[in-house]
Amino acid sequence: MSELELRQTTIDAEIAHAPAARRRQRLRLPRVGTILAGAFVVFLLVATAFPVLLETQDPNQIAPSEAFEAPSLAHWFGTDESGRDIYSRVVEGTSTSLLIGVTATVIGLALGLVLGVLAGFGGRFVDYGVNRLVEVLFAFPGLLLALLVIVVYGPGPVTATIAVGLSTAPGYARIIRGQFVAIRSSQYVEAARVLGHARGRIIVRHVLPNALIPIFVLATLGIGQAIVWASALSYLGLGAQPPAPEWGAMLAAGRTYLSVAWWMTVFPGLMIVGTTISTTVLGRALARRGRGDA
Amino acid sequence: MSDPHDAPLLEVTDLRVAFGDTEVVHGVSLRIAPGECVAIVGESGSGKSVTARALLGMAGRGSRAESGTLRIGGRELGNAGEREWRRIRGRDVGLILQDALVSLDPLRPVGREIDDPLRIHERMSQPERRARVHELLASVGMPDPAFAARRRSGELSGGLRQRALIAAAIALDPPLLIADEPTTALDATVQARILTLIAEIRSRGTGVLLISHDLAVVGQLADRILVMRGGVIVESGTAAEVLGSPREPYTRQLIAAVPSDVPRGVALTRPEPTGPTVAVLPEARRSREVDTTREPALLALDHVSKSFAVPGGRFTAVDDVSLEVHRGETLGLVGESGSGKTTVARLALGLTAPDAGDVTLDGAPWSRLDEHARRPQRRRIGAIYQDALSSFDPRWTVERILADAVGAATPGHTPTVSNHEVAALLEQVGLEASVARRRPLTLSGGQRQRVAIARALAAAPEILICDEPVSALDVTIQAQILDLLDDLQRQRGLALLFISHDLGVVRHMADRVAVMQAGRVVETGAADRLFAEPAHPYTARLVADAPRLARA
Repeated sequence: MSELELRQTTIDAEIAHAPAARRRQRLRLPRVGTILAGAFVVFLLVATAFPVLLETQDPNQIAPSEAFEAPSLAHWFGTDESGRDIYSRVVEGTSTSLLIGVTATVIGLALGLVLGVLAGFGGRFVDYGVNRLVEVLFAFPGLLLALLVIVVYGPGPVTATIAVGLSTAPGYARIIRGQFVAIRSSQYVEAARVLGHARGRIIVRHVLPNALIPIFVLATLGIGQAIVWASALSYLGLGAQPPAPEWGAMLAAGRTYLSVAWWMTVFPGLMIVGTTISTTVLGRALARRGRGDA
Repeated sequence: MSDPHDAPLLEVTDLRVAFGDTEVVHGVSLRIAPGECVAIVGESGSGKSVTARALLGMAGRGSRAESGTLRIGGRELGNAGEREWRRIRGRDVGLILQDALVSLDPLRPVGREIDDPLRIHERMSQPERRARVHELLASVGMPDPAFAARRRSGELSGGLRQRALIAAAIALDPPLLIADEPTTALDATVQARILTLIAEIRSRGTGVLLISHDLAVVGQLADRILVMRGGVIVESGTAAEVLGSPREPYTRQLIAAVPSDVPRGVALTRPEPTGPTVAVLPEARRSREVDTTREPALLALDHVSKSFAVPGGRFTAVDDVSLEVHRGETLGLVGESGSGKTTVARLALGLTAPDAGDVTLDGAPWSRLDEHARRPQRRRIGAIYQDALSSFDPRWTVERILADAVGAATPGHTPTVSNHEVAALLEQVGLEASVARRRPLTLSGGQRQRVAIARALAAAPEILICDEPVSALDVTIQAQILDLLDDLQRQRGLALLFISHDLGVVRHMADRVAVMQAGRVVETGAADRLFAEPAHPYTARLVADAPRLARA
């Protein structure tokens, strides 16, 4: 991940220096985009927790007579080859897709944290070893690494999640290590040592909070990407399996009928795009806020 | 030197500069005659730099500058456009800025930078220009001009960089030179050379507008001095008038705040000094005499060395240094940047281990202790730094910073530190209790340093290591902090290891002084003796080069 996003964050920082942005920040009014993104994420959360509230019918109910119906008032997003309601399936699939995205990010972050802490605090030799390992992982394109894991452990949503998490870990590890190294040699850590605080206490009180707050902001940016990757794996048939209504799997199923039923692919695709964009927008809003407070 | 009948090089009346709706310069008038040096003195935020920039038509984005008249070399520039200003800059007015490292393009050789104004403004062939660049570099005292012309700014030392910048500013021999804090970032000996150079340029008939916060620097160079505060000139006159018999209380306050030549133990800040001359109080000095022979040293460095790995070998930062600090005394440690002062501070604080030699605290081993054994004793040595802000966790409020420090001092682990204790600490350093709820970022530089001192005091230390504690502060704030340290030392019998590159400050603060050069202590002695009769040639040079304020 990250190279591009880091650059984006830098650009953000520059934008935040523009007078208009500064004024807005002083007033603490969120932007229109942030509000829209927030509303969409609320919709996703409700769809995850209580899909029944949003579904118009049973997502797995087959009605052959209603197959391939275009979007209408009865079926907002149309129906698929078995007459199942696409809208209800998209809502039902939210939990799977979101769960994969969030879990993968958590796995990536946790692994990155372990590697980053080892490198940052483990002494020169551990640091060297971890850095070489991270470089080797970096040498593989992320998706290729995920495919490797799936080839070894077999397809399925759990393996897909772990695979995506694994492939995002090196990026987090490198950033976390950088944060630790910078903060460890900062003057306020030195000041705490001079006061006679113990090493462990300094790590818990100063280093971890100051290093991790920016990382969590970065992680919200990573969720969107993890969802795209998980969907890509499902699309290839390596993630969630039919008839589970996962977005990537729905894309794959609709591919065959692209010429007659465009809605079967467009709406799950829009959900992926919408989720990625809105988590990213929220993550960047959080990042701006963090800078304003710091 | 200023003859009012001379046609002035620069004449400006009622200059006003505003950013948005906020006016920051409220009607400044000044004139500079050929060969005259006029200085604007003020503290940060007084508007002195904005004034200087407005005189070049570059007050900054979003600014609005208006004036009655603005005439440079007899040409009216009140309504000049950017194109006209570009013709003026370089040719009619040269500009020297504080930091040559950011003022020069790091990717281009300095020769090219000096060549620019020649190429833009003059019709000269390339060999002619190259000869002129070398001539200019030679005229600013650059050793080996041909070699220096090919170096990039990052490859030159601070002093040589500043020379290159001056060479670029005088390339077209402008009749007027504006120097904005030209020596602020430089060591004393380098500063002295740059000031001599500016004096030389002036003696050739160039008018100089000198902007500075440092009265001692200004006193050496200026014919006339304007004292600026809050965007207004509060006092102006010849250098002798302003420094010798200042009328305004603010000017008096500024002069009184300059620590050089103010005896040890005499306060620098007084609500209303009776005059610029500070009476020597003999008992102030006597009270601090410490018998260094009888009592064992509180902190001692015994033949300590420390080197660091650098590309291509090892750099010896501290080379066989022996120092002693006794209870209740101040040891001043002076030296130029890179002389190893900060490494000595880190060795004393037990933050880094010496390669050879021993650091002892109160006669007991200190550097030899392992971290576990040293930690409970750390509270005995406190530290304050130059940049107080970066020594605070950015997420913490003042209250949490101080409570944390109190907690560190009491091994019995007090779960809650009372607001009372925090308020008492704040009061000791002269801060309101309401500061406790704020974050250091929202405090002024002086307030931050006070909080840092309060934190150091929380653990009731026996000795404070002060590493350039006032170098980043304005003179009047610097004076307040120095007085505070002095008071605290008297009340608590604190020992101070006071590190500074500023001889004036050390002379005011220290009982004894150690002089460092390239990692070695070249001379140690009582402050009076060392400044009056330096034994080592390097000390003599430092003392001679330190700017001193001629008080009436």
